[in-house]
Amino acid sequence: MKIAVASGKGGTGKTTVAVNLSLFLVDAGLKVTYADCDVEEPDGHLFLKPKSGLKRRVAVLVPQVNPEACNLCGKCGAFCRYSAIVVLKEKVVTFPELCHNCGVCAYVCSAQAITEVNRYIGSVERGSAGKLNFISGCLDIGQAISPPLIKDVLKETPDSGVTIVDAPPGTSCPAMTAVSDCDYLLLVTEPTPFGRHDLELMLQAVCSLSIPKGVVLNRVSSPDTATEKLCSRYGVSILSRIPEDRLIAEAYSKGLTVWEAVPGYRTLFADLWSRIEPIAGGYMA
Amino acid sequence: MKEIVVISGKGGTGKTSLTAAFAGLAGKCVLADCDVDAADLHLLLQPQVRERYEFSGGGRAEIKAEKCSKCGLCRQICRFDAVRYSADKKSFPTVDPLACEGCGFCAIVCPADAIEIRPAANGEWYVSDTRLGSMVHACLRPGEGNSGKLVALVRSRARKIAAEDGSAYILIDGSPGLGCPVIASVAGSDMAVIVTEPTISGEHDLLRISALTKHFRVPTVVCINRSDINPAIADRIAAVSEAQGLEVVGRIRYDKIVTEAQMAAKTVNEYTDGLVAEEIMTAWRRIITLNKGRE
Repeated sequence: MKIAVASGKGGTGKTTVAVNLSLFLVDAGLKVTYADCDVEEPDGHLFLKPKSGLKRRVAVLVPQVNPEACNLCGKCGAFCRYSAIVVLKEKVVTFPELCHNCGVCAYVCSAQAITEVNRYIGSVERGSAGKLNFISGCLDIGQAISPPLIKDVLKETPDSGVTIVDAPPGTSCPAMTAVSDCDYLLLVTEPTPFGRHDLELMLQAVCSLSIPKGVVLNRVSSPDTATEKLCSRYGVSILSRIPEDRLIAEAYSKGLTVWEAVPGYRTLFADLWSRIEPIAGGYMA
Repeated sequence: MKEIVVISGKGGTGKTSLTAAFAGLAGKCVLADCDVDAADLHLLLQPQVRERYEFSGGGRAEIKAEKCSKCGLCRQICRFDAVRYSADKKSFPTVDPLACEGCGFCAIVCPADAIEIRPAANGEWYVSDTRLGSMVHACLRPGEGNSGKLVALVRSRARKIAAEDGSAYILIDGSPGLGCPVIASVAGSDMAVIVTEPTISGEHDLLRISALTKHFRVPTVVCINRSDINPAIADRIAAVSEAQGLEVVGRIRYDKIVTEAQMAAKTVNEYTDGLVAEEIMTAWRRIITLNKGRE
């Protein structure tokens, strides 16, 4: 089963929840994979410090035009919806950074002058941190489009055991790509106006996906009725409240997990799992 | 006119709070909220919307059941796995709106001419009045794509307004990460202010985002927010920044009053004149000086 940890707003504690929940599940004897899908700014490795194993480059297909075969018919440019291939008077120019890798240009080409070639956008790394399986994607600097890489990370996750997906922030295509195939969705937020607003955007974004979900409220210092009201309006439960605690913030700042640095909070993640597990399915080994 | 973009790589470091505070200190300026898929600046500035526009950044496939022959070709060629068939093929195929990129491949190959690409309603964007100046902002429909195009629209309108009303600054609130909307926010701007925090992740993400601004040749400075949470890492971030040729224009302490200001829908400097506000002002003064020096 796959559990995605996501949030509309950045910096609410996705990685903290994903990493510590993974460590709890390993401790509970499950087969666990942590998959870092925040490929623009992957940070999970800073906390899990995995022994790296296999690293492979990930490519998307972009058009390459053979000028000798090209008859300048103009079809590729006319059919491309992303302005990624433009037919000039004497030659065809491609803009790979705009290309969505759909393959239309090569299909419509009347002279078979277009071949699709690899363009590398990032890498996927596998490793292990103790008994925890670790997979992480990292987008190359300057690349704009991350969903193909996120899909590649997800493809590497095993079908058996539990996979915790650390999703990118926001509510647009990268976040949706990371969460849309999961079996359970954990939304992390904080009790601030920004946190609540972005949680609501996220709840709207995922309402069309029929995935069971719950909320983790992070940095709680006092009762927050506004977030509670919002959650009940959308029919989701607040499964866990992580207190605002300087010890957690300090551990985080140094790259330590709550699990190892503040063991008093281990029960938080056990309790969280006890709320998810009956809904997401009987996966406890 | 100078276009200053506030970004961070890592989310939640304080971009929006700082952008708003800077805007309050900037005198005449135009605000552009380019964090279009989780826009929050309006929560502080309560804009009065004066113009509203629909945004369609692309198309989306629609399969007309009455024409469809269930041949399955659309599903075969779709690179985005956006065409869904029931296993027995008894019902007609449907298009997953979240997966479809509107490329039109399916419409081209469909032998029954049953597929049409319709403009997708991706969101809305607005031109508004706020107490700090004009603001251009947007709302990407939750779950939608094409955020880069929407950012480009917001920025270009902000530039037009600034040129017309003689604003000295455009302040852009960017989004986290370093993908499509960030690139669209940063490229061609006059200065990027990277807001970071003294954590291992803040440091790691700072290095990636500064590599991006370097790639686009945008002059870049660093602001260390909540610097007293871990002074040792703050010092290390300062050293790493200077080594990269990035000036640290400010160190801003952690203060709960920043969250209180957010709850009161005020900028930090409207809400308090305490030390945290002074440190924000020092950072802004340095940003102004650096921009004046480059004219």
